[in-house]
Amino acid sequence: MAVLLIGEVTSGTLALDATGKAVTAAKQLGDVTVLCIGASAKGAADEAAKIDGVSKVLVVEDALYGHRLAEPVAALIASMASGYSHILAPSTTDAKNIMPRVAALLDVMILSDVVGVVDADTFERPIYAGNAIQTVKSTDSVRVMTIRTSTFDMAGTGGSALVEVVATRDNPGLSEWIEDKVAASNRPELTSAGVVVSGGRGVGSEADFALIEKLADKLGAAVGASRAAVDSGYAPNDWQVGQTGKVVAPDLYVAVGISGAIQHLAGMKDSKIIVAINKDEEAPIFKIADYGLVGDLFNIVPELTGKL
Amino acid sequence: MKILVPIKRVIDYNVKVRVKSDGSGVDLANVKMSMNPFDEIAVEEAIRLKEAGVATEVVAVSIGVKQAQETLRTALAMGADRAILVVATDEVHDDIEPLAVAKILKALIAEENPGLVIAGKQAIDNDMNATGQMLSALLGWSQAAFASHLDIQGDHALVTREVDGGLQTIKVKLPTIVTTDLRLNEPRYASLPNIMQAKKKQLDEKTAAEYGVDLTPRLTVIKTTEPAARAAGIKVGSVEELVTKLKEVRAV
Repeated sequence: MAVLLIGEVTSGTLALDATGKAVTAAKQLGDVTVLCIGASAKGAADEAAKIDGVSKVLVVEDALYGHRLAEPVAALIASMASGYSHILAPSTTDAKNIMPRVAALLDVMILSDVVGVVDADTFERPIYAGNAIQTVKSTDSVRVMTIRTSTFDMAGTGGSALVEVVATRDNPGLSEWIEDKVAASNRPELTSAGVVVSGGRGVGSEADFALIEKLADKLGAAVGASRAAVDSGYAPNDWQVGQTGKVVAPDLYVAVGISGAIQHLAGMKDSKIIVAINKDEEAPIFKIADYGLVGDLFNIVPELTGKL
Repeated sequence: MKILVPIKRVIDYNVKVRVKSDGSGVDLANVKMSMNPFDEIAVEEAIRLKEAGVATEVVAVSIGVKQAQETLRTALAMGADRAILVVATDEVHDDIEPLAVAKILKALIAEENPGLVIAGKQAIDNDMNATGQMLSALLGWSQAAFASHLDIQGDHALVTREVDGGLQTIKVKLPTIVTTDLRLNEPRYASLPNIMQAKKKQLDEKTAAEYGVDLTPRLTVIKTTEPAARAAGIKVGSVEELVTKLKEVRAV
């Protein structure tokens, strides 16, 4: 069976981690072709060609696809669907925006956030904020899905697939890009970081979030936040970990001043080691933490940063 | 301009769900149900647009079991003008798939002709995050998913979207489908007088069969299981001990 995987391309660069993990899922289903779409996508396509298990890379370059607007990109992917049994993409906001549109254009259902491949038609996905895992069998002719990357390992890079340029399609003319406000960060990207340090409402203010950031920098970690911290303005919203934010599964997750609401746990409970620092010893976060420390984060966090 | 707001009756977000031991699904019998939180945000945004004089009428729509009436009454109490219930099943455990919901909504939109549809970005039960995008595709309309700011300007809308890495602003042609992210607004509570008044507002009941949409699921649920439980952890007494433990397991 032939599988079309949509590479995650942002500003001409391939998100190797997200795409590589999705390749691991795609390889189980058949022969993998990666599609790289963007205003500039050739460099990303060359990168994708090196991922083990990728047999071919298709590249579509046009200003029309510069910001991956859903209407032109979905129309393009749907027009290329014939001949593929599966169309996949890593579960990023781009893919969540585009792939359901692709599925509806093909009159098939979408499988969102797939965490397990049972066979070519049968997949596992979390429901109810990760509190249940559903195994579903697709009866559709083409299975369109997004892959939750945190549950798959990164594929190796030593391949040398062929790269082929594909023609663009017409612009549906329904939308245009105006501007991006990108949060500047020198830290590792949240969804692929090996260590994540997150702060919650307990941190108390935007200024005090510096404590969390210092600890993160000491550990070479990405910074995360609970919804409460984001809504209170302590942290930008692209730091949010949870059901409605990002889903992470780092080797080490440090939750500081986070109570552990269902919605937050949905985004981090698959982390290898969870550390919780909270002054409330009854906080639900302690039920899933491997190591818990009850106390005032304003004393503990600086001390911890100093001792590492 | 008329605004259509699709809303869903889901398990209340505070309820800890219980997976049935026979693997047939999540137990929804005698469990508190509420309006999907993202849909509350959608209703709120629609009402604000009406209060701002941009919208003329706000119509709330729900598809599912008869009990979704209560959810629609909540939307009416918040300020929606009227409601439409499309009964698609008698069984609370039947979740109508986003593709079928989008097809029913498409048929309804042909009757109602709204200039704007505001939906939640995802339902907290199936966590699909798909209906708005699918509806937009079926209609051939523009879409603006995960909106944190919405500004209607003549024949188009400026929408700021929450994306990985920050915010993106796009301009979409009307009519359009907007899906709401958490930070779009803070939904209001329905006051008691408004709840009483909502009982008098128009609520039309229809059936999925009237729209000729095939509801046969494309995804057959084989089983539903509990996720693997984590092994119990330990509490440490000091920062020193924490660092020692983390070094032992080579986490730092």
